Amino acid sequence: MIVGPSGSGKTTLLRSIAGLHRPREGTIRCGDKVWQDSAAHICLSPQARRVGMVFQDYALFPHLNALENIALAVNDGSETSPQERARALLEMVNMDGLEVRRPTQLSGGQQQRVALARALARDPSVLLLDEPFAAVDQQTRRKLLRELARLRRQLDMPVILVTHDLDEARILADNLCVLHHGETLQTGTPDEVMSRPHSSTVARLVGLDNIFAGEIIAHDTQRNISLLQWNGLQLECPLRHDIAVGTQVDWVIPAERVILHRRDRPSRGENENPVSGEIEDYLVLGANTALTLRIGANAGNLFLSVPSHVARRNDLARGGQVTVSLLAEAIHLMPSG
Amino acid sequence: MSHFDSVALMLSLKLGLLTAVVLIPLGIIVARWLAWHSFRGRNVAQALIAMPLILPPTVLGYYLLLVLSSNGPLGGIWETLWHEPLAFSFEGILLASLLFNIPFAIQPMQRSFESIPTVIREAAWCSGLSNWQTFLRIELPLAWPGILTALVLTFAHTLGEFGVVLMVGGNIEGETRTISISIYDRVQALDDAGAGLMSLFLLCLAFAAITLIYALHDRYGRTRPW
Repeated sequence: MIVGPSGSGKTTLLRSIAGLHRPREGTIRCGDKVWQDSAAHICLSPQARRVGMVFQDYALFPHLNALENIALAVNDGSETSPQERARALLEMVNMDGLEVRRPTQLSGGQQQRVALARALARDPSVLLLDEPFAAVDQQTRRKLLRELARLRRQLDMPVILVTHDLDEARILADNLCVLHHGETLQTGTPDEVMSRPHSSTVARLVGLDNIFAGEIIAHDTQRNISLLQWNGLQLECPLRHDIAVGTQVDWVIPAERVILHRRDRPSRGENENPVSGEIEDYLVLGANTALTLRIGANAGNLFLSVPSHVARRNDLARGGQVTVSLLAEAIHLMPSG
Repeated sequence: MSHFDSVALMLSLKLGLLTAVVLIPLGIIVARWLAWHSFRGRNVAQALIAMPLILPPTVLGYYLLLVLSSNGPLGGIWETLWHEPLAFSFEGILLASLLFNIPFAIQPMQRSFESIPTVIREAAWCSGLSNWQTFLRIELPLAWPGILTALVLTFAHTLGEFGVVLMVGGNIEGETRTISISIYDRVQALDDAGAGLMSLFLLCLAFAAITLIYALHDRYGRTRPW
């Protein structure tokens, strides 16, 4: 899964893999086959690469119906007839019954399924998806996302998906590659990238809001923690021997690791990095409520999310004072940038 | 004596058919190239193609006559090869017809190819279709309203062309006298009925051709005919 803001080079990367764009330098290998090697002047055509590509706006052939769109792409070497194979693929993407519809007679979600089936018709060695959910509404997106997650488990092939939507990344990806201005900033599992970003740029790109600047003031090897000075507070965080005392750092904590203290009774772990602030913004998003806390004049805002019933039970309202805990193990330090 | 010149009509049909058969395949190659490639001198090339639209037919005919006559470069070579003149022959007016029909053949097809999004062709390549398969199974079916328009326009326009044919071919029965020239001939001979009959025929043909083109584009086309 490749994520990055628009213009970061995601689509160009995908097009290079498909052979639609010829990068000036570089090597593209798939298994033991070399698809491109600029030094050896090798650059295979898209036809010779065995890629399955789902384009952003699907690019279905407008003069052919759903079945014909897929049958045209069926590999000549396959045992069954192209028609039969196309029918089976349509069934796999839950589109049976709509064989004779033209692309203009299909909804965005249905077109996406046909495009996916067409991409699989070649028995590709790799499946490429370019912002596959960009052109459909939220509801369809969620449905397609679930189906793609299921399909991915069935298919025994690498899938490279380009997106700027992090929820997609979290649900679908084994590995995440963050691109920015044409450069790879970080590669890793979604969990790794989102909880331990290499830099504040990566943190911002993967949608982390709680990014702050602080200073390392001590290491406590006995308790296995480092002490972070921030906004007049001393926060405990996992021990980082590699960072010298006195170093300015950026730090980040995922919104879901900021825990609200209950008013009525103390809860476990309340001594862990307590921080008080005033509720500046209060936004009910269905089951969850997003809170923005103002901590101090210069500290910036802290974002957290609590279940809406918890917010109601605690009488949370704009302007109210609350205390939260920043879970020490979730605080991640990055070089100051 | 009213006279419908069927010899001239047959000659015109033959000329129109041959022009279309030669010009459409060549035109597809050029139109496709112009639609998808940018190169230095593209505007000059397009201007040259459009020239016959605005150039007076007599001017085009005059220059063609210079080239095709026995003293001209092409006419000279032709005579040494076949021992007969190129000017004032059927081959001569066919050549002229190919030239003055260039914009009518190329422009509608170019518009048609331009209307095919690049990503559709890329999708074809990524589906494993070779360039030739992509052309036959994706591009041609999508461009065919434009190709048909080019065909009908070229054919109908050949039947109606007068100035160039008269300059290059003269008025030789069975060789260069097309139906348009025959109409002029009939008027000169004060045969108003004959001229009227043939004029009415060409009028209906032109109307039918244009109606057919609009109907096709209305039904299948995603672009305007021109």
